[in-house]
Amino acid sequence: MKEQKYWSPYVSGIGLGLTLLLAFVMVGRGLGASGAMMRFDVWILNLFAPQHAASNPYFARYAQSPLSNWLVFEAIGVLIGGFLSGALGGRLKLAIGKGPQISNRNRLILAFVGGSIMGIGARLARGCTSGLALTGGATLSLGGWVFMFAVFAGAYATAWFVRKQWI
Amino acid sequence: MAPFYKFGFFGEQTSFVIALLIGISFGFWLERAGFGYSRKLALQFYFRDMTVLKVMFTAIIVAMVGLLYFSLFGWLDLSKVYVNPTYLGAMVVGGLILGVGFAIGGYCPGTSMVGAITGRIDGMVFLLGALFGMLVFGELFPGFEEFFNSGAMGHITLPQFFGVSSGPIALAAVLMAVGMFIGGEWLEKKFAKEEV
Repeated sequence: MKEQKYWSPYVSGIGLGLTLLLAFVMVGRGLGASGAMMRFDVWILNLFAPQHAASNPYFARYAQSPLSNWLVFEAIGVLIGGFLSGALGGRLKLAIGKGPQISNRNRLILAFVGGSIMGIGARLARGCTSGLALTGGATLSLGGWVFMFAVFAGAYATAWFVRKQWI
Repeated sequence: MAPFYKFGFFGEQTSFVIALLIGISFGFWLERAGFGYSRKLALQFYFRDMTVLKVMFTAIIVAMVGLLYFSLFGWLDLSKVYVNPTYLGAMVVGGLILGVGFAIGGYCPGTSMVGAITGRIDGMVFLLGALFGMLVFGELFPGFEEFFNSGAMGHITLPQFFGVSSGPIALAAVLMAVGMFIGGEWLEKKFAKEEV
C-alpha cells in the first residue's frame, strides 16, 4: 500500500484532546505511558527476582499484581491503535528514523542512550509527556505545566549537540 | 454524573475494557499525527517541524475546555478528576532530564510504543532503553528518595496557585496556545527544508 501523508496536526490534536476528555469523563483520570512501562519492568523483576522487587522501596510500590492496572490496559490499547493507524496509512515498515548524516549503528546507540535517560527522567518526575504534561496540562496541574516547560527547555538545550542525528 | 467510574456506574473490570478502548484511540491519533517517526518528533527542536507543539497544545486546550464546560453545566464533578500532584524539584529536574532524552532518543515513552509497533527499529531500541533506565532509577532510588519528594505541594492547580478562578487561567492558556500555533507556523515557513 502506498504510504499516505500524516493528518493535520490540528485534526490529530483534536482527536487526541477528545480522547483525553473521554478518559476524564469515563474514569476521572487521564492518559499515560511510562507508568505502564514501569509496571512491565516490575513484572519482569517479579519473574526473575521477586525478593529483590519486594525489598526495593520503589519497585515494592508496584510489586503486587503489577499488570492489573488501568494504565497497562491503556498501553496495550496504544499498541493496537498505533498499529491500526499505521496499517491504514500504509506506514507499517521496518525502518530507522534518523537524519541523512548518521549511520544506522550510531542512531541505534543514541536511541538506547536517549531512552535510558528518558526512563530515569520520567520516573523522577512521576510521569512523561502523556501522563504528566498532556494530562496535567489539561487539568491545569501546576506540576504538569512546570514539567512541560522543563521538557522543552531540556530538549532545546540538547538539540545543538545531536544535530547531526536529525538534520 | 461524570466521571462515571467515580460515581459507581461500572466496576474496575469494565474500567479496564474502557482503558483498552481509550488506549486504541490514543495510539491511533499519535500515529496519525506522525508521532511514530522519531525524526518528525525531533525536528521540533530545530524549528523545522512544529507538529509536536501544535498537536500537544491543541489536545490540551480541547480537553481543558471540555472539562470546564462539562463542569460549568454540572455534568461533571471536577473535584473527582485526578490532578497530578506537584513535586516542584523532582518535576523540574525530571523534566529537564526527560527533555535531554527526548532530543537524543527522538521519542517519548508513548510515541516510542507507537514507533516500535509500526516497525521503527529505533523505536524498539528506545523502548528497551527506557525500560532499562527505569530499572536503573529503581535501583538507585534509595539514594535520592528525599529529592524525589522535594517541593511537594499536593494536588495543586494553576488557579489555586495564583489565587484566581479557572476562567482567566483557561483563557490565558488558550491565548498562549494560539500564539504558539501562529509562531509555530511562522517558524516552519522560515526553517523547514522539507516536508517530513
